[in-house]
Amino acid sequence: MEVNKSMENSAANDIRTGAPRRKAFKTLLTHLCLSVITIIFIFPFIWMLSTSLKEFREASSLSLDLIPEKIMWQNYVDIFQKAPFGRYMINTVFLASVNVIGQVLTCSLVAYSLSHINWKGRKYLFPIIMATILLPYQVTMIPLYIIYNKLKLVGTYLPLIIPAFVAAPVYIFLMRQFFMTLPPSIVHAARIDGASHLKIYAAVVVPLSKNVFTAVGVFTFLNTWSDFMGPLIYLNKPELYTISIGLKSYIGEHNTEWHYVMAASTLATIPLIIIFFFAQKQFIEGINMTGIKG
Amino acid sequence: MQSCKGGGRMNNRKKEAVAGVLFAGPWIIGFIIFTLYPIVISLYYSFTKFSVFKPPVFVGLQSYKEIIGNDLFLKSLANTLYMAVFATPAGILFALVLALLLNMHIRGLSIYRTIFYIPTIVPQVASTILWVWILNARYGLLNNFLKMLGVYQPNWFQDPRFTKPALILMGLWTAGSSMVVLLAALQDVPRTLYEVADIDGANRWDKFIYVVLPSISPSVLYLLITGLIYNFQLFTPAWIIGESQGGLNQGVYGGPENSLMFYASFLYYNAFSYLKMGHASAMAWILFVITALVTWAAFKSSNKWVTYGGE
Repeated sequence: MEVNKSMENSAANDIRTGAPRRKAFKTLLTHLCLSVITIIFIFPFIWMLSTSLKEFREASSLSLDLIPEKIMWQNYVDIFQKAPFGRYMINTVFLASVNVIGQVLTCSLVAYSLSHINWKGRKYLFPIIMATILLPYQVTMIPLYIIYNKLKLVGTYLPLIIPAFVAAPVYIFLMRQFFMTLPPSIVHAARIDGASHLKIYAAVVVPLSKNVFTAVGVFTFLNTWSDFMGPLIYLNKPELYTISIGLKSYIGEHNTEWHYVMAASTLATIPLIIIFFFAQKQFIEGINMTGIKG
Repeated sequence: MQSCKGGGRMNNRKKEAVAGVLFAGPWIIGFIIFTLYPIVISLYYSFTKFSVFKPPVFVGLQSYKEIIGNDLFLKSLANTLYMAVFATPAGILFALVLALLLNMHIRGLSIYRTIFYIPTIVPQVASTILWVWILNARYGLLNNFLKMLGVYQPNWFQDPRFTKPALILMGLWTAGSSMVVLLAALQDVPRTLYEVADIDGANRWDKFIYVVLPSISPSVLYLLITGLIYNFQLFTPAWIIGESQGGLNQGVYGGPENSLMFYASFLYYNAFSYLKMGHASAMAWILFVITALVTWAAFKSSNKWVTYGGE
């Protein structure tokens, strides 16, 4: 049928050789466009890397050479002396890891309740959970600050950790969508055999859901790593700073040393790119499922 | 249901309900403490004078009056609307162009997709700093390129006319996440629809307007709403740009002529620089109402332009 139609088409529109040639031209043009965009998209990274390896003099000159006159690996050593960058890294990895555990655990439990436990309330709960996604962060920001301030928790990590243990709506949604694809008969059969929900969750659902767990874990890790406003509000001591806040210390009021700023930015970015490559499949699937931003 | 028979002492339905509540517990507790209570109390704060150090004093609508009469508030609202109106569609359009190019059944699709997506995972502080450097008026990559072409070179972050366009430009670099959503939607367009259009003798443009756009419209609606919400809450890039320009101006980073003073920034300064928690709470509630109205309007209008697939 396909063949038939394309023959009809080519007979109607072109002489025999016209159609494939036009198709090849179209493909070429598409690749050309995509290549130009690719260069534009990659160039900022190259420029970042290039600046990060230049000497101060060359970085703050009009030179636009991509290859530095003298490659300064030393910059990547210097930034650790200019600010406690290692400390920032460790802090961020700690905070992000704890948050990953919190989100993956609590969101999956809530999602299980919404998808495989047969109770009336879930009908009402789910729309409320979705509606809270639209609530601006700013509305709860001030009362929460007041609470944490009263509890003397400002200046600790707890205000940045506790929210991860009460299940974020977007990730509940993502997990629920995935759990809904698991056949209810599995849970049903196990229930008849007398297994508790906790057992079914741990022994049946979790092993089948590695991909969605990875997706939620990676999203949480990235978001915690990149979060700026949370640490800005709650972390007031440099020894607690995360990378996003720490990066600010390389920006000078009057004279910014761009080679250091770019070296620090590169180091802040590389771990995320590595994680992305390892979990790319789950990542893209996750976005397709909900469309959440990374 | 058969499973009900095996019940035991406790009624099976009750058992399921208890399990349901327990499993949903983390969210329920979080909702009450971290969402419901703060919503209510922030509404109360918005009717008070409150500086954290002293208990709130009820002043009625005074905070709302003072905020609405504040020039900087109006400026921040105008700047934010500018971004919502221009940056949101610009981002979706650019993402759509990328997605359409990738939907041409070409080889290397996943490589291109990865490359276009990667900028979105760069931490926002790092990507903002990087673009501040690229858009640097003198040493920046872009202006040197424009100079080569002999085109006007804007002083991106010093000239108030160009600060927001620069921000929109930066935003296009992270269109990859929207692109992934649109590409998935494009790939879901049923083949049969194209075939029917072919039989009807539709040309390329007709197919785009009558087949492609209606099919992806739910995704466009989703991106429109999330995009508007994102722009209404814009904060980090403006702060970083302000800080990089050394522009601490009476304790705030507003950019030249406050052209980068956005709603969320002004709210933050009210709360944490001026310690006017009443004003900040009033602003938060105004934002809440605006967000709700905009979302409602988007949904309402979507009856006219969003089509959901037959299946």
